[in-house]
Amino acid sequence: MVAQFLVLAAVLFCIGVYGVLARRNGVLVLMSVELMLNAVNINLITFSAYLRETSGQVFALFVITIAAAEVGVGLAIVLLIYRNISSPDLDQLDQMSG
Amino acid sequence: MIAQNVVFWILAVAMVLAAIGVVRSNNLVHAALYLVVVLAGSAAQFILLAAEFVAWVQVLIYIGAVIILFLFGIMLTRAPMREDLSLDNDQRLAGAVVALFLLGVLSTLLIQAFGDSKIDITGPQGSELVNNGRAGTLAESIFSTYVLPFELVSILLLASLIGAVVLARRD
Repeated sequence: MVAQFLVLAAVLFCIGVYGVLARRNGVLVLMSVELMLNAVNINLITFSAYLRETSGQVFALFVITIAAAEVGVGLAIVLLIYRNISSPDLDQLDQMSG
Repeated sequence: MIAQNVVFWILAVAMVLAAIGVVRSNNLVHAALYLVVVLAGSAAQFILLAAEFVAWVQVLIYIGAVIILFLFGIMLTRAPMREDLSLDNDQRLAGAVVALFLLGVLSTLLIQAFGDSKIDITGPQGSELVNNGRAGTLAESIFSTYVLPFELVSILLLASLIGAVVLARRD
């Protein structure tokens, strides 16, 4: 009962890890980060129900807020990358490789 | 308990398929719409776990605000609104190996640790669970125990608002 929610969260987290590693487009990398943050929220809510504690839900609310702030700044950065190199692809940011 | 399990598995299958759609789709807008399915599914899972208020916050902030931000990001980076095969880099195999390894480790660990743990949803314990998920209970917790993190989060939101404006400004 508890384990099925936790394993679902683990599956979503690993799909997010794959997305962060395998995607080239900056917006899609941010979407995969959202998948990972959402998996963490499922974990927090599950433990909140299992341990009968409100704290887990409060933490999940904080995670949701911080995810919103992260997307705002992250998309501004992707926009700036797009404006500088005319492409949202993160692997074209190779000015520092010799 | 049976009904809860049936709903859980339907939602879980839909969420995992949609999440795979997010990381495998060749169309940016489709990926954003798949992300909506994952987020709505997890809001429904929160309701299954009696976390009513967090579920509504999830719908309002994630599906309402974050997805709109993503769609703005897709439009402002002038992404092609059709199939685009250059969205992935050449680390797909390595990424899949890392993700599967992590999944194996995590799920083995979680099943061994919590394989026979149960959430009691019947009788007085069930009504305590429902009461824990209400907005009033959460508000008491946020504004007493967690009031300092709450204020810090509001400063963080202000900082990220200003930061996003400064970064995206054209000058």
